[in-house]
Amino acid sequence: MRVKSVLVLLAVAASVAVPFVPLLLWSVSERWFFPSLLPQAFGPRAWHYIFDTAGSQILGGVWSSFLVASVTACLSLLIGLPAGRALGLYGIPGKRLLLLLLSLPVIVPPLAVAMGLHLWFVRLGLAETFVGVVLIHLTFCAPYTIMVMWGVFCDYNPEFEDQARSLGASVPQVMLFVMVPMVLPGITVAVLFSFLLSWSQYLSTLIIGGGKLLTLPILLFALMDSGDRPVAAAVSLVFVVPAFLVLLASAQSISRRGLQGVR
Amino acid sequence: MGDAGIEEPMMNGSRASGTAVPDGRPVPAGRLVILLGPAVLVVGLLFVGGLVLGVLQALGYAPGQGAASLTVEHFRRVLVDPELFTSFALTFYIAATSTIIAGLVSVALALTLVSLESRSRMVSFLLQIPLTVPHLVIAIAVLFLLTPSGLVARALSSLGLLAEAASFPLLVNDRFGIGILAVYVWKEIPFITLMLLAVLKNMGKELLEAGATLRANARQRFFHITLPIITPVLAASGLIVFAFTFGAFEVPYLLGRTHPLLLPVWSYRTYSDIDLLARPEGIAIGLLIAAIIIIAVGCSQMVLTLVRYREGER
Repeated sequence: MRVKSVLVLLAVAASVAVPFVPLLLWSVSERWFFPSLLPQAFGPRAWHYIFDTAGSQILGGVWSSFLVASVTACLSLLIGLPAGRALGLYGIPGKRLLLLLLSLPVIVPPLAVAMGLHLWFVRLGLAETFVGVVLIHLTFCAPYTIMVMWGVFCDYNPEFEDQARSLGASVPQVMLFVMVPMVLPGITVAVLFSFLLSWSQYLSTLIIGGGKLLTLPILLFALMDSGDRPVAAAVSLVFVVPAFLVLLASAQSISRRGLQGVR
Repeated sequence: MGDAGIEEPMMNGSRASGTAVPDGRPVPAGRLVILLGPAVLVVGLLFVGGLVLGVLQALGYAPGQGAASLTVEHFRRVLVDPELFTSFALTFYIAATSTIIAGLVSVALALTLVSLESRSRMVSFLLQIPLTVPHLVIAIAVLFLLTPSGLVARALSSLGLLAEAASFPLLVNDRFGIGILAVYVWKEIPFITLMLLAVLKNMGKELLEAGATLRANARQRFFHITLPIITPVLAASGLIVFAFTFGAFEVPYLLGRTHPLLLPVWSYRTYSDIDLLARPEGIAIGLLIAAIIIIAVGCSQMVLTLVRYREGER
């Protein structure tokens, strides 16, 4: 039994690790001709390129991706927390229909919506702007956050709030010192994963941003077209860093509900 | 959990004010508007609005000309295009195949992990890694792995199993979308497995032990006890990944062939064509994808309601 569990663990670890092997090898290779299994020459050229030579562009991409994703995640929480509370705790006429409507953007791909909105974003002066890209990401991240917070508030006992109120706490005090601490794990999962959802968006950013807002995935696609494999591999690894950070941060608070809708 | 059920009716009783609706505490309508308003606004304006504006553009709506400019010509052109069937079939094949493979592997993996118990925490952590990694990165990795000059071909070659790069089978930009399937399966197995694990852990061993006591063999216990319990979650997570793969762009764009195109790639290619007149057609294809997914979700909801209704009758 012990042997079997070790074998399963190793098999899972190997399968998870496989895609990262070529990325790591390519990112540190100087010369790597077929059919050599390992690069003929190792070197830091690709990493120099993304931090020095093209540093302003790539790090600029990291920065705009980070800003878009942070603002989107925060706005999503501001929208999703109250909505999740309403859906989880209160009786609402037509609740099932409302839930279906609010969950559809989690499942329907951004393609048609972004295309539909683009012309009107152009009219409103939102196309090719930061705000425009945040709005299109919000279309998909906010519903995701709503769903997570709905799950959280389904298991939430509002009696504690009544007790705090009867002891003289004001409404803001109840929210800050009773509600928020109780739903904090859910908030963490919702914020981190809607950050990631926005961080990985490519097509909707391309359509609304029009190639003007250079987020990391936009740059990565351009690099793939240019065919510079070591640099593309190194940027891919940079692109994955937040995913790992989020994973470590949420390792404790992650729950089954937090995973629903993560793609 | 047990307490909540008892407390709920008491809470309802003590708060006579507000709209009395089952399924949750009553609440004044004004507060609901404040709580739900922003959410409904975002989804209504941006999501539903985006779809409606898309429909208008696909119908060729030109501002200033009003209803006179509306035409179904763009939709018609897409629907009679012989490419549509090929493209739909390929998209459906990719989405269905990756979902089925991922589903089968996930059931096996989840059952194995539950039976092992020890180290399952470590495995769950490992399985969370693929959930967070963007599809784009894995598509690039698969490109580096599976092309005729990729790492797999190099490994085979160094083992003496491959004479030259040309004799390596085409696994990327190929007919069967092997590369695309590889990316999706790698991303989906952990998602479905973790969803299944949550249910299997809650299920406990009692039912299986009862089954064993009644002399059900392993096969019977799986088909008559485990499978009915995991089916709802399996179906739900399967639907989520199917819908996602059906409408996703990046992976088939990088790893697919240039002909026939998958629906999302075809849609974007047409939309971004130099010929601006093709734009409404691109949007029409995008809307078709959205419609197929919404119909699929709607149907599965109806099936679910029907199954619950049947179970209620028994």
